[in-house]
Amino acid sequence: MATEVLMPALSPTMEEGTLAKWLVKEGDEVASGDILAEIETDKATMEFEAVDEGIIGKILIDEGTEGVKVNTPIAVMVEDGESVDDIAAPAANEDDAKDSAPKETDRPDGDKAPAQPTRQSAPPETDIPEGTDMRSTTVREALRDAMAEEMRADDTVFLMGEEVAEYQGAYKVSQGLLDEFGARRVIDTPITEHGFTGLAAGAAMGGLRPIVEFMTFNFAMQAMDQIINTVAKTRYMSGGQMSCPIVFRGPNGAAARVAAQHSQDYAAWYAHVPGLHVVMPYSASDAKGLLKTAIRGDNPVIFLENELLYGQSFDVPEMDDYTVPFGKARIWREGEDVTIVSFGIGMKYALEAADALAEDGITAEVIDLRTLRPLDYDTVLNSVKKTNRCITVEEGWPVASIGNHLSATIMERAFDYLDAPVINLTGKDVPLPYAANLEKLALVTTKEVIEAARAVTYR
Amino acid sequence: MAARKSADKKPSKSNTSKEELLDHYREMLLIRRFEEKAGQLYGMGLIGGFCHLYIGQEAVVVGLEAAAEEGDKRITSYRDHGHMLASGMDPKGVMAELTGREDGYSKGKGGSMHMFSTEKHFYGGHGIVGAQVPIGTGLAFADKYKDNGRVTFTYFGDGAANQGQVYESFNMASLWQLPVIYVVENNQYAMGTSMQRSSSTPDIYKRGEAFAIPGEAVDGMDVLAVKEAGLRATEHCRAGDGPYILEMKTYRYRGHSMSDPAKYRTREEVQKVREERDAIEHVRELLLQGKHASEDELKAIDKDIKNVVNDAAEFAKNSPEPAVEELWTDIYA
Ligand SMILES: Cc1ncc(C[n+]2csc(CCOP(=O)(O)OP(=O)(O)O)c2C)c(N)n1
Ligand SMILES: [Mg+2]
Repeated sequence: MATEVLMPALSPTMEEGTLAKWLVKEGDEVASGDILAEIETDKATMEFEAVDEGIIGKILIDEGTEGVKVNTPIAVMVEDGESVDDIAAPAANEDDAKDSAPKETDRPDGDKAPAQPTRQSAPPETDIPEGTDMRSTTVREALRDAMAEEMRADDTVFLMGEEVAEYQGAYKVSQGLLDEFGARRVIDTPITEHGFTGLAAGAAMGGLRPIVEFMTFNFAMQAMDQIINTVAKTRYMSGGQMSCPIVFRGPNGAAARVAAQHSQDYAAWYAHVPGLHVVMPYSASDAKGLLKTAIRGDNPVIFLENELLYGQSFDVPEMDDYTVPFGKARIWREGEDVTIVSFGIGMKYALEAADALAEDGITAEVIDLRTLRPLDYDTVLNSVKKTNRCITVEEGWPVASIGNHLSATIMERAFDYLDAPVINLTGKDVPLPYAANLEKLALVTTKEVIEAARAVTYR
Repeated sequence: MAARKSADKKPSKSNTSKEELLDHYREMLLIRRFEEKAGQLYGMGLIGGFCHLYIGQEAVVVGLEAAAEEGDKRITSYRDHGHMLASGMDPKGVMAELTGREDGYSKGKGGSMHMFSTEKHFYGGHGIVGAQVPIGTGLAFADKYKDNGRVTFTYFGDGAANQGQVYESFNMASLWQLPVIYVVENNQYAMGTSMQRSSSTPDIYKRGEAFAIPGEAVDGMDVLAVKEAGLRATEHCRAGDGPYILEMKTYRYRGHSMSDPAKYRTREEVQKVREERDAIEHVRELLLQGKHASEDELKAIDKDIKNVVNDAAEFAKNSPEPAVEELWTDIYA
């Protein structure tokens, strides 16, 4: 019986890929475990193995084809004795996977595949000289470039973490750094977060500037004591004699169906702590400029990235030394009717909502906080004084959220300007479930932002 | 107390019955075929997120389950499908959890890395590397407290063996003589990091020495050797002599999770283990050589298992997604 070989999903976020190379040809006999093809995913080139034994009857997708959607038939396998000519049109797929699989649109990342770079540009920063060339860059590359530039400039800067060197980063952010800077400065650690975080604290006290990559921030929980009790407080406890200028960076927040222990937004947790700076960029240019500022600064920084944003492209200025200051929000689009404040991946929902609202004649002013500590209250308050309405968007849990803090501040400092209560949109007050339908419900969505904007504008 | 290395000794095969060998064969094959199917379903988008396959390591859980008694407990990491099947959990319920459906062991809310079964004394399914080690120690604490003669199999990887909480656990377990068996599944890699690149000393089974915990290295590709070591360890624990360490020398054939470009080891290295040390092939040979089973009988077993796995996959595809109300349940008592 002929069976179709389907384009596999080889990573949690993959929706399509490039069929880079066939390692078998029509007529080849294959056993389970043999490599059929090399497939490029959003993160890496992977070998695709045969699950069953059989003979390659027909290759349906040529090598080099880009953008092959997951589940597209790429070849047909036949059993011994079966003729390739017997194969009916490949539509004869006896697998009902497509029917029962959760629909593509059910994915938490909505209809936009995270792997598909979308080009987005923000209004230019005031401090970018006019005429500066812009280059479309992924967030992933921007982060790597920031580290590389700062490591070139300062020998005391080094990178450590799990799989950062030889593996090139679990999410490929440190790609190429080992080659350029060598094993003295790009260091693979054992899986021992509490240990290497404490070690980084000591190294920083000893005069170095560590960049510590957490494979994801979920694992930084293992190191929480050193981060809070040592790193954040050393300057204060030593009366200013010493400090721990460390940048802790890595992906934060939900990815795609990696379930409760691997999907948490720590923005509000760290923003609670005096002594830490907390950064959560959305665009590639901010990722680059803010990371450079973080590495150079004399304070410990929690730098919260997002896996779903790594592959997204944005314009980044081509400048020798592009930095973005802390404590300065960016207004992504100006508007009159409602202020939408967000940061990190929340910006995706905020901007999508603003687009949809504009079609209905509601203009939203969208503010990206970029840093949560220090926090640019003035930009938010000035906007609220203009629009008289505010909603906040974040992925974290609702209790003691960043939105709660902003609401309180707006109430204290702009109470008389408000025409509607501030609405805080957050993730739901539950651990993140694995099931596709529940995960989608647990996360904040563009639709919720649109509804909230209508509610506060009474439209 | 002495660390010893039993991997060098040939396990006695003479007293292994035909039934026992066939059982091992069936159980290991079930895990392998189940995992292959899970890999397939992942490729089709029916399973999402992280999915860590146990292919290659089957002899470890199957051998140790053969040494376990009713009521003994087990706990492991995210690479947990094999442990669940070997402990007697229903392949249908496990597969339905993998597809995130209502009939899964956690009603679809846990996924591949987070499944549990009170009935089978399976305590998960943990995603944070090393975190299950003190938890397993605590399960043993409860058993000792209740004085019920039970032991806990606490599984963790060679990578996890570098987490500090492992040694905090060792100390408490030895101090309080807790009936816990620490099973290190040394498959030689933690994601892309080989043992040599992460560990200052090569022998994890000796790491209990500082805490006076006996340990041994075991050929984790030989289900009979695993079972015998398991019996020594359970005997030690049940006698009230405290914890025991078993370092299982094993190997994972597939990538760490589904998205593993596998540049850290050669294709030949994997192929060599598959050809020379495969646990299932080993038992298959014993069965054939000992004339315990014919090729045809083994083929029939293969077919049965394929059916079990296909049924599980069908069940898992057809089970409905959890009701939306489930989002809000099971958070508080
Ligand atoms: C505390 C923590 N750090 C990092 C990770 C990411 N991670 C998941 S599995 C893994 C490798 C673990 O290797 P090992 O303990 O040898 O187990 P194996 O996967 O080989 O079974 C890593 C680094 C994690 N889940 N938890
Ligand atoms: Mg390992």
